[in-house]
Amino acid sequence: MKIKIFYFARLKETLKFSTEDLELPDDAFAQALTILKLKALLAKRSDVWQQMLLGKLKVRGAINHELVDDNAKIVDGDEVAFFPPVTGG
Amino acid sequence: MTVRVQTEDFDVGFELNQLRHVRKDTGAIVSFVGQVRDLNDGDTVTRLTLEHYPGMTEKALEGIINQAKTRWNFFDALIIHRVGSLKPTDQIVLVAVSGAHRVEAFKACEFIMDFLKTEAPFWKKEVTQDGERWLEAKQSDDLARERWAKTIA
Repeated sequence: MKIKIFYFARLKETLKFSTEDLELPDDAFAQALTILKLKALLAKRSDVWQQMLLGKLKVRGAINHELVDDNAKIVDGDEVAFFPPVTGG
Repeated sequence: MTVRVQTEDFDVGFELNQLRHVRKDTGAIVSFVGQVRDLNDGDTVTRLTLEHYPGMTEKALEGIINQAKTRWNFFDALIIHRVGSLKPTDQIVLVAVSGAHRVEAFKACEFIMDFLKTEAPFWKKEVTQDGERWLEAKQSDDLARERWAKTIA
């Protein structure tokens, strides 16, 4: 499966990533992929990734431009985004 | 409904005048303007940078107006939100709601701002004398949104 991931604000700045295309083998893991499982997978990249995605900072997720919770399911072709709580207005 | 995310400034007088003429049975327009403060958490702020998630932002703002529409019978709503680099006293956001009477317009305007603050993907970073820092989300903003869950329009 192929997904696109976007990072914003503090995450983008600290991870030095604004967007990436991620390809995963179509196995049982991919079929059961959720926001939380994707965070855990990305967190294995380094300590910084671990801290940013599973640390003290609250990270919100979106799938295809909709805010979702950690248990939301990700499927092939989805656009996923990770960002801190919003501070506009 | 109009939703605009832009780097340019906006003219509140012009925008409200446009809204006045959408329908001749409009009797009330309520507007809110948010602007950059030169002070935050006791520190002097010299610049503010606003980042957003293109695509999702517009959809989220339209969704907020649609949610407001299910609760109040207003005529039209406008949201303009700026992004990019701003300085103290610069305008950040305009929310304007028109209706037959003031009550619906007041409530819808406040509802839209409370949801914009907590659900629209914008992030502020400010420059102070000590350097740059990302703003933290405020619990008071979450509480402001939560109270709508308990209120019946």
